[in-house]
Amino acid sequence: MLSVKENSPVEFSPELLTKFGEIVKRYPEGKQKSALLPLLHEVQAVFGWLSPDAMDKVAYFLNIKPIEVYEVATFYTMYFLEKKGKYNLEVCRTGPCCLVGAEKIMHHIEQTLGVREGEVTPDGLFSWRGVECLAACGYGPVLQIGPEYTFYENLTEQSVDSLIETLKNKA
Amino acid sequence: MGRTLLLTHINVPGIQGFEVYRQTGGYRSVEKALKTMSPDDVVEEVKKSGLRGRGGAGFPTGMKWSFLAKPEGVARYLVCNADESEPGTFKDRYLMTHIPHALIEGMIVSSFALGAKTSYIYVRGEMMPQIRILEKAIAEAKNAGFLGDNILGTGYSLEIYVQPGGGAYICGEETALLESLEGKRGNPRIKPPFPAVAGLYGCPTVVNNVESIAATVPIINDGGEEYAKIGIERSTGTKLISAGGNVKRPGVYEIELGVPVEEFIYSDEYCGGIANGKKLKAVVAGGSSVPILPANLILKTASGAPRLMTYESLADGGFQTGTMMGSGGFIAFDEDQCVVRNTWNFTRFYRHESCGQCSPCREGTGWMEKILYKIEHGLGTQSDIDLLWDVQKNIEGNTICPLGDAAAWPVAAAIRHFRDEFEWHIQNPSESQTRNFGLAHYADPLVQTVD
Ligand SMILES: Cc1cc2nc3c(=O)[nH]c(=O)nc-3n(C[C@H](O)[C@H](O)[C@H](O)COP(=O)(O)O)c2cc1C
Ligand code: SF4
Ligand code: FES
Repeated sequence: MLSVKENSPVEFSPELLTKFGEIVKRYPEGKQKSALLPLLHEVQAVFGWLSPDAMDKVAYFLNIKPIEVYEVATFYTMYFLEKKGKYNLEVCRTGPCCLVGAEKIMHHIEQTLGVREGEVTPDGLFSWRGVECLAACGYGPVLQIGPEYTFYENLTEQSVDSLIETLKNKA
Repeated sequence: MGRTLLLTHINVPGIQGFEVYRQTGGYRSVEKALKTMSPDDVVEEVKKSGLRGRGGAGFPTGMKWSFLAKPEGVARYLVCNADESEPGTFKDRYLMTHIPHALIEGMIVSSFALGAKTSYIYVRGEMMPQIRILEKAIAEAKNAGFLGDNILGTGYSLEIYVQPGGGAYICGEETALLESLEGKRGNPRIKPPFPAVAGLYGCPTVVNNVESIAATVPIINDGGEEYAKIGIERSTGTKLISAGGNVKRPGVYEIELGVPVEEFIYSDEYCGGIANGKKLKAVVAGGSSVPILPANLILKTASGAPRLMTYESLADGGFQTGTMMGSGGFIAFDEDQCVVRNTWNFTRFYRHESCGQCSPCREGTGWMEKILYKIEHGLGTQSDIDLLWDVQKNIEGNTICPLGDAAAWPVAAAIRHFRDEFEWHIQNPSESQTRNFGLAHYADPLVQTVD
């Protein structure tokens, strides 16, 4: 569901618009809508989420209707329709990872961060959620952190602790 | 050591880059195909190789290519399916990460065969690092004259672009993938028309898996007949197997098709047995969508013959006692694993990933998840098992795309082979919350656990 709880007006920088222009060139004339998914990733990488205003501006850029953007943004799991923590930990929760302890890791993250799945820590630094198989089942448990989708494999409670510590110090 | 074709040079330092890849013989197939062969010759070699699609369905690649419509003046497309989301499967990620030029080289040869001037690699969006790796490889190949205008002076021109997905398993289904590539929701299309006639932008399109495309490189280098000599019968060549779950050495292995399952699990060349000295309870041999088999049936067919890693042998016995090669996502379950819990998890996955277009899939996956939740949490009743069976039966075959079947089959197989584990949960609601059913009579008949 499209959340209109929040909105934040955004400005697309000239660099971002240049990137948009390069992406659109990958497709035949008139098929610029194909750029929608890549563009939304670019926008999210800059702003951390997709506000209605950002989506409207993407629609305007691609010369498509805003609803065409909302439909897509609500269908795919990678697009955030509300703000997440600066570091959004996404842990694989699918069968093969559970065979090697993914549920324990999710429980540990919940305890350590003190927030439930989908919630953001009060300092705005962290959020977490379970996601489906990340095609890394041989190295489970695994988690990823956007927007570059840095990958952490063979997680243990200790490695999760030190990851969270490192991220805290970086912030 | 078995013969390898795709991963032979994977451990050569620097193989990710163009120079080293080229020094190990990379891009020879492009020179050979573009300079000495016609597109139809390339298709012919792939036909002769017997290569079957590595994305899951196992459809012969050469035959698929020969179905491509070629109307005058209409663009044709090759789209590489790098959506890799089938639970248990991680081979495409491995190939793209470590030897990306193998895919780019295969893309060029395959695009040439199909007459495509623009090709796309649709990579699941979470694989952002792999997207960067592929973009770099494409730039390097272009810089060396293997991509772009008038490749190697042959007059053939090609551009390859990488397209990120948005995080949706269904976009691995080829028509959903095309919808997604067109910037839409990933709702599978009703077939016919097949992509070979009306695919991307309504133009004739071939969709192939990463591994299938990479396999065209050795096929062109050595000839289709040489490739067909590897393997057994209609399972030719080598296959990447993603080994996960409770094996001692999880990872991606390139096997010659025909390796016995027992050897694959227990030999130190591959999985090295079950981790922590445990016993094998069950295996899902080809990704979450294929039927789960208890240890005895994965190691030997119902007739007692050793089961082999081939399309035919894995399917021996049909769904009664066999399974499928699928995408080669090999998941081993040790004696401590709970089949009910895993089936519930898989069903939750399919409910989450159903695109929602057809009611049997949209509603059925949700019902199955709820029933399995009940049973797993000690709230089940005896009739729930029959209800579950009934729901999965009503999904199978009644949907637009095969995700419905993929959701139904694991449930059916779990009940078929592990019914007593389900019944034990129902009859022992509190005990089932404190311990697992265990190995019971599913004991690994070979009791070959090392340590
Ligand atoms: C729900 C669903 C998910 C699929 N996911 C993938 C996938 O991630 N990768 C893939 O190559 N094929 C996947 N497939 C199979 C594709 O539809 C298609 O058959 C395949 O890409 C064809 O390539 P191939 O002939 O080279 O195997 C999936 C099919 C279904 C029904
Ligand atoms: S079977 Fe499921 S995923 Fe496939 S089209 Fe129908 S609802 Fe969508
Ligand atoms: S199940 Fe976790 S990465 Fe595949």
